[in-house]
Amino acid sequence: MSDVKNPAAGSQPRKKGEEGQVTRRDFFNEVAAAALGIAAAGGAVVTVKYLSPNVLFEPPSRFRVGAPDDYPVNSVTYFADQKVYLVRILQGFFAESAICTHLGCITKWNPMDNLIECPCHGSRYKRDGEVVRGPAPRPLPHFALQLMPDGTLMVDKTRIVKETLVLKV
Amino acid sequence: MATSVVNTWFDRLRATRVWKSVFRRGPALTNRTRSVAVFGNLFLHMLPVKVREKSLRGRATYYLGSFAFFLFLVLTITGIFLMLYYHPADPRAYLDMKDLKFVVSNGVFLRNLHRLAAQLMVVVVFWHLFHVFYRGGYKPPHEFNWVIGVVLLLITLFLSYTGYLLPWDQLAYWAITVGTNIIGYMPILGKPIRFLLLGGHIIGENALLRFYVLHCVILPLLAVFFIAVHFWRIQKDGGLTLPEDDERKK
Repeated sequence: MSDVKNPAAGSQPRKKGEEGQVTRRDFFNEVAAAALGIAAAGGAVVTVKYLSPNVLFEPPSRFRVGAPDDYPVNSVTYFADQKVYLVRILQGFFAESAICTHLGCITKWNPMDNLIECPCHGSRYKRDGEVVRGPAPRPLPHFALQLMPDGTLMVDKTRIVKETLVLKV
Repeated sequence: MATSVVNTWFDRLRATRVWKSVFRRGPALTNRTRSVAVFGNLFLHMLPVKVREKSLRGRATYYLGSFAFFLFLVLTITGIFLMLYYHPADPRAYLDMKDLKFVVSNGVFLRNLHRLAAQLMVVVVFWHLFHVFYRGGYKPPHEFNWVIGVVLLLITLFLSYTGYLLPWDQLAYWAITVGTNIIGYMPILGKPIRFLLLGGHIIGENALLRFYVLHCVILPLLAVFFIAVHFWRIQKDGGLTLPEDDERKK
C-alpha cells in the first residue's frame, strides 16, 4: 500500500475537492473500482478455465493397428473409432485422416473408383488424400506412423506429417 | 340477464379483502384509474396505457410480434413437458426421443408441437423482421429496438440450432458437426470457441449436455430478458411505425 501515502502527488486533477486535489472519497472509489475490476477479470478467467474440461473421454489419439503383414499391398483400411485410413501401397504404409477437411463429415473409401468420397458436400480425394474435386480446401492430413519394437504399427494423430512420407516395412 | 348476475358476482368479489389486497384501487372507469391500473401492474406496466386505434388494426402489424411471442410461450410450456422424459445422455437421448414418439401418452403430440412451433417461430420472426424493415421500423426513434429485435432473431436461431442436436439422431449429429466446424473456421478464436461449445474435440456426451443447458436454460433466459426490453421499448419509442407516419403520405 505504498501509493496510499501521497495519493495527490503526480495524479491528474479530479472533479471534486480543491483545485488539483484528489479527495479521499475519490481515491477510495478508484481503489474499490480497480479491486472490483481485478476480481471480475479473475472471475472471468477461472470461469473460462472451468468451462474447458481437463479430462476427455474420447478415443485415444495414439493407437496400435496390428502387424504390417495384416494388410495386403494396395489396401485401404478404415478405423471407425479413430476415423483414420491405413493405406498400404507398394512402397510402404501411410495413415491419413478420414475426416473431410471441408466441414468435418466422415469420408468413405470407394474401391471401385479408387477415390475417397465425402457424402455431405461431394468432395473427392485421391487415395493419398489429394483433393480431386469438391469444396474441400485442403488435402487429408497424414498422421505419423511408426513400427513399434513389438512389431506392431502405431498411429499418432497428434503428429501431422508430410504427404510424401511413407513408412517402409 | 346472465350478464347482470356475473356483474353482481364480480362486484361482490371486488369488495372482498383479498381482492383489495391484490388490486389497490377501484374499478378502472376513468382515464386516470385506467392509467393507474396499467402502471401498477408488473405485467402491464411495460405496455402503453393508450395506443392509436390505427396501430390495433390487423394491417398495421399482422400481429407478427404477438404471434412470435405466443409461439415462444407454446415452446416454453411444451419444452418443460418434454424435459420430464428427456435425459441428455448418450444413447439415452435418442431412446427418450423415440419413447416420446411411441411410448409416452400424447408424447408425439407434445414433441411435434414443440418441433413445428419452433420451425414456425423461425419463419414468423423473419417475417416480423421483414415487415418491420419494409415499414421503416429501424429508423429513429426505433433504432435501438430494431437492434434488440436482431438480437432476438439471433437468440431464436441459436435456440433452433441447439435444439436440433437434442434428438441425438444422424440428422442432428451431422448438422452439428458441420455447424461447429464452421465456427472452427473463424481465425484464432474459432478452435477455442468450438472446444468450449462442445466441451471437447468431438461431438459426444459433453456436447449434448452443453447444448441441452444452452437450449433449456441459458438461451430462454436471455430471450425472456430481451423480449421484456423489446416490449417496453415499443412504448418508450412512442408506439409503432405506421404507414401513415411515412413522409410519402403527407
